[in-house]
Amino acid sequence: MSEAPYAFVDAVTSDLRFVARGATLEALFGAAAEALLAATLEDPRSVAPRVEETLRLEEPALDLLLLRFLNELVYLRDARGLLLRPRELAVREAEGSARLDAVLAGEPIERSRHELTSDVKAATPHGLRVERTAEGWEASVTLDV
Amino acid sequence: MTAPAGLREIAPAIWELPVGFRPGMRVPVRVFGTEKLVGDFDDQVFLQAANVATLPGIVGASLCMPDAHWGYGFPIGGVAAVDPEKGVISPGGIGFDINCGMRLVRTDLCWRDVRPRLRELVERLAARVPAGVGTRGFVRVNRREFHEVMREGAAWAVRRGMGTLEDLEHTESRGCFEGADPDCVSDHAIERGMPQIGTLGSGNHYLEIQVLHDEHVYDRALAQAFGLSLPEQVVVMFHCGSRGFGHQVATDYVQQFLRDMPVKFGISVVDRELACAPFASAEGRAYFAAMSCAANMSFANRQVILHRVREVFSDVFGRDPEALGIHTVYDVAHNTARLEHIPTESGERTLLVHRKGATRALPPGHPELPEVYRATGQPVIIGGSMETGSHLLVGAPGSLASYYSSAHGSGRTMSRHRARKLVHGRDLQRRMEERGILVRAASARGLAEEAGFAYKDVDAVAEAVERAGLSRRVAHLLPVGNVKG
Repeated sequence: MSEAPYAFVDAVTSDLRFVARGATLEALFGAAAEALLAATLEDPRSVAPRVEETLRLEEPALDLLLLRFLNELVYLRDARGLLLRPRELAVREAEGSARLDAVLAGEPIERSRHELTSDVKAATPHGLRVERTAEGWEASVTLDV
Repeated sequence: MTAPAGLREIAPAIWELPVGFRPGMRVPVRVFGTEKLVGDFDDQVFLQAANVATLPGIVGASLCMPDAHWGYGFPIGGVAAVDPEKGVISPGGIGFDINCGMRLVRTDLCWRDVRPRLRELVERLAARVPAGVGTRGFVRVNRREFHEVMREGAAWAVRRGMGTLEDLEHTESRGCFEGADPDCVSDHAIERGMPQIGTLGSGNHYLEIQVLHDEHVYDRALAQAFGLSLPEQVVVMFHCGSRGFGHQVATDYVQQFLRDMPVKFGISVVDRELACAPFASAEGRAYFAAMSCAANMSFANRQVILHRVREVFSDVFGRDPEALGIHTVYDVAHNTARLEHIPTESGERTLLVHRKGATRALPPGHPELPEVYRATGQPVIIGGSMETGSHLLVGAPGSLASYYSSAHGSGRTMSRHRARKLVHGRDLQRRMEERGILVRAASARGLAEEAGFAYKDVDAVAEAVERAGLSRRVAHLLPVGNVKG
């Protein structure tokens, strides 16, 4: 399995910022979800696909959609105790609207197998960026921890 | 870094950046701190404070406390007062951890009583006060009860037998913000918050046993007035907030305001984390009511944690908490917005004061002070890193210059990411134990992120607020045991 295309960068002193990349919007959103998991627990590979959740979101712009998507993942972890990543993902952008349909797969937190590290409070719009690059898409996201 | 050109000291330890430093500033930036502290600020602090100065309705100046550091939207350590009729409310000026705050609790125990039982105390506190990521609280509530928590705050816990009326008296706003309306809170937020009453959390949240050594008392009369007069007296300090509940309230409204700002309000901001709504709008009022619910949940959280601390001390020493003299000195909120009455040159005004990583610091005689502190002023708690200790201060008349605000902590100077690269949590734990500080941490990685070297010098911060006239130092408290989230 290849390394997820994201990297944590030194930025806001009290928080965590990552840059994620993907050839497509779906790959970009998947990489961002993987970065969120990496911020949350020591070994994201320890999360097995045992349960599924579906998610349908709509926002006025792509960057707001990414923000909302990550914050839904934060909510599902904190309220429902679920560690999830997208199994199927479709992201569509139209005039004044961006939509996401996802099937998320993962499992409930089990402390014996999942070493949790940071309590990500939220993905924030501070320095939020989603843009096209020569290779596809790139996003920068700041997590409040 | 070098301080920006144009920054000048207008009074001892008070600096000003004039309007014009950045386009769109409506008021100047005013920074409190010594030349050394201000000179060491991240460049971003000045830029972010200048961004805050562009917010509609801001009054006087955009303020920075001496522990200010790079945040998102507002700097952490940022204070802004806004005209409630013409101005905005911004969740980014309050933070995601709404009413993250600090409680200081005194005991009648001395270090010689606690020393032989320290390990047992720390182990039991770590076992009985849930800390770390994803922990569930020790207080179970149903949805109806959670609505009561949102409305009543710390009084809810006291009504349930988890505290005293004196605890409420010694809590900012008696542990309850007015205007809390559960109807303004999402189901997502309630689902996150309900299981988390009675949890410390993670990150920079902690519960500490501290000792006050005689040589660390700056003002003996004030220390005595705060109940600190025994030799090597043991106190407990803890730092936590509204947990996932507050995080979700902030998330919900930041996302809503980002959608509404250009369409409904015609407001544009220079940093989207400054997303805001006119305070007088239905949306602005709804956020204020939801934020107040989160503030109240946080007051209740700290109150039930105090109850647990009392139980643990009582178990270990075989005496009831009253006999051990366990009393709240004070409980302060860090991340809030409140409507406050502020004297100005044109008479008293009601202003919406945002504090993000700043505490209130009411001076002697202020009418909102509880009777017991009317003559002394409000106890102000500046939490240091887990290695350096914390300061107890008191609000001073000069705090009018900061809308009655003061510093809240030592302030980070290094990212969590970098701190983790420099030290391993278990090595740090061993080194601290060698120096007489017993630590129990939910996560080794989390512990490394909170190493003392990642923070500013807390003594310098306390000295700076004193020099600026915002607060006066009373005592410096040293940690001996720490439960780390």
